Amino acid sequence: MRLWFAILALMAAPVLAQQSMPPAPYAYTQLEDPALEAEATELMETLRCLKCQSQSINDSDAPMAGDMRHQVRSRILAGESPDAIRSWLTQRYGDYVSYQPEVSSTTWPLFAIPLLLLLIVGGVLFTRLGKRRSDKGTE
Amino acid sequence: MIAELGLAALWLSAALSVLMMISGAMGLRDVASPHALYARPASVVQAFLAVLAFFLLLYAFAITDLSIKLVATNSHSAKPFIYKLTGTWGNHEGSMLLWVAVLALSGGLLGGLERRLPEKTMSATLMVQGFVALGFYAFMLLSSNPFERLPVPALEGGGLNPLLQDIGLAIHPPTLYVGYVGLSVAFSLAMGALITRQVTPDFAKVMRPWVLGAWVFLTFGITAGSYWAYYELGWGGWWFWDPVENASLMPWLAATALLHSVTVLAARDALRTWTIMLGVLAFSMSMLGTFLVRSGVLTSVHAFAVDPERGSFILGLLGLYIGGALVIFAMRAGSISEGKRFTVTSREGALVFNNVMLSAILAIVLLGTLYPLLTEAFDVRVSVGPPYFNPAGAIFAIPMFIVMAVGPLLRWKDDKPARIQFELALLAAVAIAIVALVAILGDYSVLAVLGLALSVALGIGALLPLKGRNIRRVPTATWGMIAAHFGVAVSLFGMASESAFTSEKLAAMAPGDSEVVADWNIQLESVDPVAGPNWTAIEARVLAARGDEEPTELGPQSRNFWSPPQPTSESALVTRWDGQLYVVVGDSAGIDANGNERWQIRVWWKPFVTFIWYGGLLIAFGGILSIIGRLQVDLKRRSAKAQGKARRADVEALSGDKPGSTAAPEPAE
Amino acid sequence: MRLAYFIPLALFLFFAGLAGYQLTQPKEQNVRSQMIEQPLPEFTLEPALEGMPGVSRADFVEGQPRLLNIWASWCLPCIAEAPHLERLREEGVEIIGIAVRDRPEAVADFLNRYGNPYSRIGSDDISELMLEIGASGVPETYVIDAAGNIRYQHIGDIRADTVPLLLEKLEEVR
Repeated sequence: MRLWFAILALMAAPVLAQQSMPPAPYAYTQLEDPALEAEATELMETLRCLKCQSQSINDSDAPMAGDMRHQVRSRILAGESPDAIRSWLTQRYGDYVSYQPEVSSTTWPLFAIPLLLLLIVGGVLFTRLGKRRSDKGTE
Repeated sequence: MIAELGLAALWLSAALSVLMMISGAMGLRDVASPHALYARPASVVQAFLAVLAFFLLLYAFAITDLSIKLVATNSHSAKPFIYKLTGTWGNHEGSMLLWVAVLALSGGLLGGLERRLPEKTMSATLMVQGFVALGFYAFMLLSSNPFERLPVPALEGGGLNPLLQDIGLAIHPPTLYVGYVGLSVAFSLAMGALITRQVTPDFAKVMRPWVLGAWVFLTFGITAGSYWAYYELGWGGWWFWDPVENASLMPWLAATALLHSVTVLAARDALRTWTIMLGVLAFSMSMLGTFLVRSGVLTSVHAFAVDPERGSFILGLLGLYIGGALVIFAMRAGSISEGKRFTVTSREGALVFNNVMLSAILAIVLLGTLYPLLTEAFDVRVSVGPPYFNPAGAIFAIPMFIVMAVGPLLRWKDDKPARIQFELALLAAVAIAIVALVAILGDYSVLAVLGLALSVALGIGALLPLKGRNIRRVPTATWGMIAAHFGVAVSLFGMASESAFTSEKLAAMAPGDSEVVADWNIQLESVDPVAGPNWTAIEARVLAARGDEEPTELGPQSRNFWSPPQPTSESALVTRWDGQLYVVVGDSAGIDANGNERWQIRVWWKPFVTFIWYGGLLIAFGGILSIIGRLQVDLKRRSAKAQGKARRADVEALSGDKPGSTAAPEPAE
Repeated sequence: MRLAYFIPLALFLFFAGLAGYQLTQPKEQNVRSQMIEQPLPEFTLEPALEGMPGVSRADFVEGQPRLLNIWASWCLPCIAEAPHLERLREEGVEIIGIAVRDRPEAVADFLNRYGNPYSRIGSDDISELMLEIGASGVPETYVIDAAGNIRYQHIGDIRADTVPLLLEKLEEVR
């Protein structure tokens, strides 16, 4: 299942004996304050790694994902709100970078269709179950 | 020779599927037609040939026959033997052959064993099954021939992706395929019944074991895949809602709905059109999954075919079968009456409610999975992930779990809620108590808290049908239901607990350093290079101790395979009854103040995470119990019938009278 | 024949049409920057090697349009694009380089081997500038107009046929 994707990601970006540079300070270091770290983790789990197709930056070992984690953690530490960081990133990379779609001109059906579905489900249940009492015994 | 034999077997079975189709069509037009006789034998022989072809390919992989292109690209002589075998289905062509072999085998079993349906319906069913098989044979033979020879045999193979060199590959894809393909039989039966307008309880009883069987395999396959990804990928996740995962979840959701509606049809002769629709839907979801996984429309890079030609071929098949089935459904469904009536507060009522909820969840998953495809048509790229699927799915999943806890307590046809008011009050009290308790303990996400509460209520609810019954007299099939429902509760508990209570520690550690995660004490002993048959690695020696207990030694590795060159992370796990400790070693993190090299160590303590998969296994086990239970009833009924016949024959012989008009009594369902 | 029974068919046909259309479309592999037509954000980067100036936003805001080239010494396609960057320089284009996650020695070694088309090179060790301008990989090249606005993004290495395209874009924004 998900393995296939990881495989692909690895195939797509053959790991060159790439960077011998140390990772960004907050790429692999948690924030001191557990509450802030929890906030950062929650956000990082919902940001998409740009180099690895189908992984969150929290789960990826790509250097770019590490740099993004650094940005997230240092901005959280500086007191920025997770929503502000998310929109800072979507301004630069579009909705693709966030796994959490926001209502916008391109994503409204994602929210409208479940509402419609609720109506349909209500309707189906009502016609299937609601009126049966009255015609019980007609069979 | 192997390759040529295999190819010949495939062509022959393709020809036999044509025979099956034509002979089935003849039988549909006129049951007495002499040409209708061939359908059943043809189905059996093609099953034999297709399975033979698969075993020949398996043999070619076993001996690493490098003159076959597929073997040369995907295998390697130095690979451990077990992975040579499993490598057979670790690629597009081989997995397609496995798929076709299972498809043929189920067709053969159906044609060879099934005698309960009217002959006309059976002919129509075999015709559809032959038609479906033919499409996949064509796909194999025309666009993905697994037996293609190389002009010059290769000197060495290309090797198998190291992430796939794992026992997970031996289990996960084959079980999923059996599940997917088992649904093709449900599809053929549904179409046969629809074409001949025989949507009856008898038809449902024939269809049920197939649906149950496919569902058991799907459940097991998804569970195994989830655990495989969890320990192999090295980031501790077990479900990410990505398209390939969703592709396996959607048929499962449809099959779960189908399973319940077919039970209603068998027991109560209700929900006829709905069952047919779900039969078509379940198989469409299998095919859709195949399409998404192999066409590359959703993610650009893919382990399987990125060949758009193959994608178009599968899309063509999808259009032919599903489009065709839906046209027939639209034309015919009106002529099938809905069947028996029931009230809201009845077993059927609860089942219908949950069927609708399952379908709604399926719709959400489908929407979220396909939505990026839609926006890409307008050159906009979006991502839909867990923050969307979790809440959107929960809107329908929460009412479903509530009804699921109560439904099995209701009687068929009509019941008074007052009769089970004690049980209702008990479940509600438990759920509310847990919500309150967890809310006091800490600040957790709403979904996780609701999940915990519902899982406990559901667990109790699943056992309540046993109340007041003699445990020894409970039918096996009922045990199956109880086990499966209890399994859902167990799994839900694991999911909620993992998401609410996981603690994570990420640290750069030099040998000798220690860290604390939850109530575990982690100490890094040493980091050393190690080597395996086709990889080298650095291995960390980590001592993990919980409280004051004796430390457990762990060896997480960061491996580098050389054919093909690729790094993987081998996690190390400590499993306790109440959770799992998950340790991963990463890259070097530079030198610390004392001049010692430090390493990235990532540790999670995941309370009750294992319950997710125990639950999955329990669900599958419940399905198996249910099949056994149905078979028992069936065999009893057959022997009762046979006895009845024998008795009547005796009576007849004694009295010389004609047989009475009263049929042999059938045991009630 | 109730109309409702046709709904599944209609939905399926919609999906099949969409999927069929998408199969014929080339697959977009890259994540494009959303910062095109936006002003370059404020930034200051240290020099990537001794003897060359570092880069800041101020270096883009006077005179003529420039190219901003994101590269690294560990990046194989960057070797392939080096001669084409050289040609652009010969055409009189000012190219400002950003070396990503790179060491000064490695940068110097790369420039010695494959030539140095850059007027200045900044060092971006933690993808700061990359994230600011919405770049997702190495190499990427941006056309920046004289007012310091990002006008065009080229993803991947510069090939022979990209050179006239970039020159044209530079001319367009002049």
